[in-house]
Amino acid sequence: MEATVVRTGTEGKTWGGGNEPLKASYGKMMMWFFIVSDALTFSGFLAAYGFSRFKFMDSWPIADEVFNHFPFLHGVDAPMYYVALMTFILIFSSVTMVLAVDAGHQLKKGKVTFYMFLTIIGGVIFLGSQAWEWKNFINGTYGAVYTEGGNILQFVDSEGHRVALSDVAASQASPRVEHEARNGVWFESEKSLPSYSIEEVKAGFGENSDLLIRTQIMNEEGEKTILSREESITKLNSEAVGVIEGANLTRNEYGPPLFADFFFFITGFHGFHVFTGVLINIIIFFNVILGTYERRKNYEMVEKVGLYWHFVDLVWVFVFTFFYLV
Amino acid sequence: MAHDTAHQHESNTKRIWTVFVILSIVTIVEVVLGIFKPEFLTDTSFLSMSLLNWIFIILTIYKAYYIAWSFMHLEGETKGLRRAIVWTAVFLISYLIFILLTEGDYIYEVFNNGYVSWDF
Repeated sequence: MEATVVRTGTEGKTWGGGNEPLKASYGKMMMWFFIVSDALTFSGFLAAYGFSRFKFMDSWPIADEVFNHFPFLHGVDAPMYYVALMTFILIFSSVTMVLAVDAGHQLKKGKVTFYMFLTIIGGVIFLGSQAWEWKNFINGTYGAVYTEGGNILQFVDSEGHRVALSDVAASQASPRVEHEARNGVWFESEKSLPSYSIEEVKAGFGENSDLLIRTQIMNEEGEKTILSREESITKLNSEAVGVIEGANLTRNEYGPPLFADFFFFITGFHGFHVFTGVLINIIIFFNVILGTYERRKNYEMVEKVGLYWHFVDLVWVFVFTFFYLV
Repeated sequence: MAHDTAHQHESNTKRIWTVFVILSIVTIVEVVLGIFKPEFLTDTSFLSMSLLNWIFIILTIYKAYYIAWSFMHLEGETKGLRRAIVWTAVFLISYLIFILLTEGDYIYEVFNNGYVSWDF
C-alpha cells in the first residue's frame, strides 16, 4: 500500500503529523474524556440535590437521624459509622487498584493478579453494604404520618425520643382490607396497606398523653420543632391523612419526597458505576490471568480500568460529604 | 503495540501508602467532626454556611486532590492534559453550583415569605 502514502515534506515539523503533545495513548485519553463528562453528570445530580436542599433549607432531614444503623447493633443509635466503614472499603480498594497498576509497570503478573483480586472483593463488599443501607432506608425505623400538603409528622415522647408507629397506634378492627387482583376485576390491585391505619394512629395518639408531634421545621438550634400536646392533637386531627413507613419514590418517613428520590437516584447511579466497575475489573482480571498483557509486555489496560475505578471512589468522596456530612 | 516510554518504571509503593494514610486520617477527622459537631463550628457562620460545613467541603476537595493527583496519576501527565481535565471540570461545576444554589435560595425565600402558597 505504499503507493497511497502521501509525503508532505513536513515530517518532523510541529504540524507535520504524528505528534503526541499530551504524551498519552489514545485509550487513556478517551478514558479521561469519559471521566470528565461523567464527572459533569454527577455534578449535575449533586447540584440539583443542592438546589432542593436550599429550597427546603429549614425542613430537610438530618442525616444523622436517618442513617444510624450498624450491622448487629439493633436499636443502637450509630450515626455515620456504617457509611464511614463503606468509605474506607472503597478507599482501600482504590489503594489495591493503584498497587496493581504499579505492579503492572514492573510487569509482575502475580502481584497484578493478587491486587486486582483484592480490588474486586472490595468492590463487591461495597455493593453489598450499599444494598443493606438501601434496605434500612426503604423499610424505615419509626414510621410517620403525612399531611395533605405533603409534610411529614413524626412522633416523640415527652423527652424528645422518637416513638415508633407500633407504639402509637391503638389496634382497631379495621373494615379496610387490601384489594388484591384475585378479588373483583382481575387486573386491578393496590399497593400493600401500611401496618396501621391513620384512624388507629389518631386514636392511639389521643389515648397516650405522653406523645407529642415533631414537625420537619428546624428551629434556630438546628433541631426539629416539637409541638405542645394541644398543638399536636389539633395538627394530627386536622391535617394528617395517611401513614407512611420507610421510603418509596412518592413519600418517605424522613422528610420531603425529594430527599428519598435523590438518595435513590444518586447513590443508585453511583452504585451502578461501582457495579460496572466490578464487571470491567473482572474482565481485566481474567485477561491478566490468561497472560494477555504479559504477552503484550504492556499492562496499560489495568491502568485504564484503574482510572475508572479511582473515579468511582472520587465520586463517593463527594456523595459521602453531601449526603451524610453537610 | 507501541511501547509507552513516557513512564518511569520504578515502584511508587511508598507514595501510595502515604496517600492512603492521608486519606484515612482526613476521613476519620470528618467522621469525628460529623459525630460530635462542635458547637463553636456549627454556630459560626461564614458566607451563609456554617464553619463546620466549610471544613467538610475543604477536606473533601483535599481528598479529591490526592485521589486525582496520586491515584489517577495526574501529577505525571503533561501540563496540557492535566489542565484540560481539571480546568474544564472546575469551571463548569463552579458555575453550575453557583447558579443552582442561588436559584434554590431564591425559591426558599419566595415560599418562606408567603408569595406562593404550597402547603395546603
